[in-house]
Amino acid sequence: MAKMMVPLGPQHPALEEPESFNLLLDGERIAAATVALGYNHRGMEKACESRTYIQDIYLLERICGICSHSHSSSYVQAVETIAGIEIPKRASYLRTLIGELERVHSHLLWLGVAGHEIGFQTLFMSVWKDRELVMDILERLTGNRINYGMNTIGGVRRDIDLSESDEVLKALDLLEERTTYYIKVCTEEQSIIARLSGVGKLSKEEALRLGAVGPVLRASGVRHDVRRDDPYDAYPDLDFDVITDDHADVLGRTIVRVLEIMQSYKICRQVIRSMPEGPISVKVPTKIPVGEAFSRYEAPRGEDIHYVRSNGTDHPERVKVRAPTLANLASITNMIEGGYLADVPIVIAAIDPCFSCTDRMIRVQDSRSGQEKRFDWAGLRQYSIDWYKKQGVDLTQAKASRKD
Amino acid sequence: MALSLFKILIFPGFFFLSTLALVFEYLDRKLSARMQNRVGPPWYQPTADFIKLISKETVIPSEADHGIFKAIPIFALASTASAFLYIPIWGQQSLFPFDCDLLVVLYFLTVPTITFFLAGWFSSSLYAEIGSIRAMTQLFAYEVPMYMALLGPALLAGTWSVSGITAFYHIHPLLSLLNLPGFFVAIIAAQGKLERAPFDIPDAETEIVGGTFTEYSGRYLALFRMAIDCEMVVLAALISAIFFPALLPANPVLGMLAFLVKTVVVVFLLALIKTSFARFRIDQMITFCWKTLAPLSLLQILIDLIAKGVILS
Repeated sequence: MAKMMVPLGPQHPALEEPESFNLLLDGERIAAATVALGYNHRGMEKACESRTYIQDIYLLERICGICSHSHSSSYVQAVETIAGIEIPKRASYLRTLIGELERVHSHLLWLGVAGHEIGFQTLFMSVWKDRELVMDILERLTGNRINYGMNTIGGVRRDIDLSESDEVLKALDLLEERTTYYIKVCTEEQSIIARLSGVGKLSKEEALRLGAVGPVLRASGVRHDVRRDDPYDAYPDLDFDVITDDHADVLGRTIVRVLEIMQSYKICRQVIRSMPEGPISVKVPTKIPVGEAFSRYEAPRGEDIHYVRSNGTDHPERVKVRAPTLANLASITNMIEGGYLADVPIVIAAIDPCFSCTDRMIRVQDSRSGQEKRFDWAGLRQYSIDWYKKQGVDLTQAKASRKD
Repeated sequence: MALSLFKILIFPGFFFLSTLALVFEYLDRKLSARMQNRVGPPWYQPTADFIKLISKETVIPSEADHGIFKAIPIFALASTASAFLYIPIWGQQSLFPFDCDLLVVLYFLTVPTITFFLAGWFSSSLYAEIGSIRAMTQLFAYEVPMYMALLGPALLAGTWSVSGITAFYHIHPLLSLLNLPGFFVAIIAAQGKLERAPFDIPDAETEIVGGTFTEYSGRYLALFRMAIDCEMVVLAALISAIFFPALLPANPVLGMLAFLVKTVVVVFLLALIKTSFARFRIDQMITFCWKTLAPLSLLQILIDLIAKGVILS
């Protein structure tokens, strides 16, 4: 049979978000694969520049629906560094608690999605049912199931009381029992192992060369975790293990994630037991002094990086976000090539991709000529002015009459 | 003539079969939902789905062969409905029994898979093409173990007629215990034939979207869905007729009840398999079928041959 090109995406049942993979198939095997980014560019970084620091927290929290707390934490850390603010101890503990609960819910969500990708609906259904437990705690603590709105510059916005922490501890016991069962399922169930083991191999050297992060890197046997290497919030005081695995395949990534959930329970318990008393935030002026800062945060999907530059006003001059998926995407073609078509969805899912968080650019391609067009900011502005001029609207005039 | 037509079209023929197919689809969905901690659909859901699909717009790709595209679902449904006529329901006799009807039933049950292949092939869509190749590859894996598993009981009974096999095991109920390996193989191969998890490889949605049926919509898709549901009933009836024919009350009403209980047990087993495994990859599926199922079905034939020589002579 001749080789054929199969598109996987931008719209495909295996993908939750738009992203294009072109697979050159030789029978059932993948001969070559290409990845094309840029289907969901939302212009968030640019939008940050026209909002105040406080408004940006809520905007950046919405970069990702799953690791929302990671993005807002990473951003406020950067702003706090520029402003030279030390946040109260209790606030940093609360941030850690929400961050770890978020990791639990993200990893459980991933396990369910992985079950779906390998056609194991039962795993998907039961994991997502148990995930509701952690969603309920998050709702109780913050008021929201996702996009918690906990962070603010200088601390957190909500305190937790004794009855709430009791509820968290109770739910954690239940979750731990269920997670122990899922660890057993993932490490002992033969049909899962048959589908996951040896699939999407990424050696330690390749992982380091391609700059993989998070569970993908740890599953290739590299001990790298920002919580340990560059501790923030309450992590310096806490006792936890960095989970690594030597399988270097999808099975390894699964094991790393499920075991990390157990570590998160351990961290949550420690945080609640040793939560210091005191205020939950400090007052911060709306205008941030001139400076720049770079902040790292271990999101559930890997290392999340935010860079903020201020110019002395209440608006940041530049915000740059590097979502963990971007770092892991580079290794995807390596993992897919040579494998089976049937394994492509699970290999892609195994980096826990969040394509919409990653996109920083849009590619316009003429479907007839195949010519590509890229705009920079000035070019896009000029294009829109010209386009409206053709319609009979002169925007340069309109801009002059407004005062902004 | 009129009575025969009534039997073929209404009861226990086509109409009865389709009703039963919808009921079994409901049972299958409800059972697997309960096994997965879900609520599951209400009893009328399969019927509602069928009516909805029938009333929807039909889109046929302009590159597809229109005549074949439209005719194939009818072949699928017709062949499964015909297969049902040769399987005993409430008694020991099927509607129109004749010698060697087991082979005819098996052939009729292979036709739907061939139609799935043709449907995918003539849709001229990438995903459908891959799906149809997978359907064909899978056919070669499960078909042989399935034939051999059904051949064993027939060898022991000394007849190629489904009605004859049922009658034989009705007289010697204990002998059907010898056919347990064959039953195991037949249930698993049935799962492959019906293209259900873990063998839903030809229409694995996360890999190849809708698989063979990617381009099908509206009433043609409804016909295919109906054909697959009917196939499930026919397979459940065939398996229960050959592997547990022991419980056959003389009273037709009780016989009907016994038939329903036996087939529901088969559906329950099918749902259990569906919910307890991850989908296999096509190479794993073929290895499993040839290395595990085929030897098991050979063992079944061996057992039956020895039993025939030792016990019956």
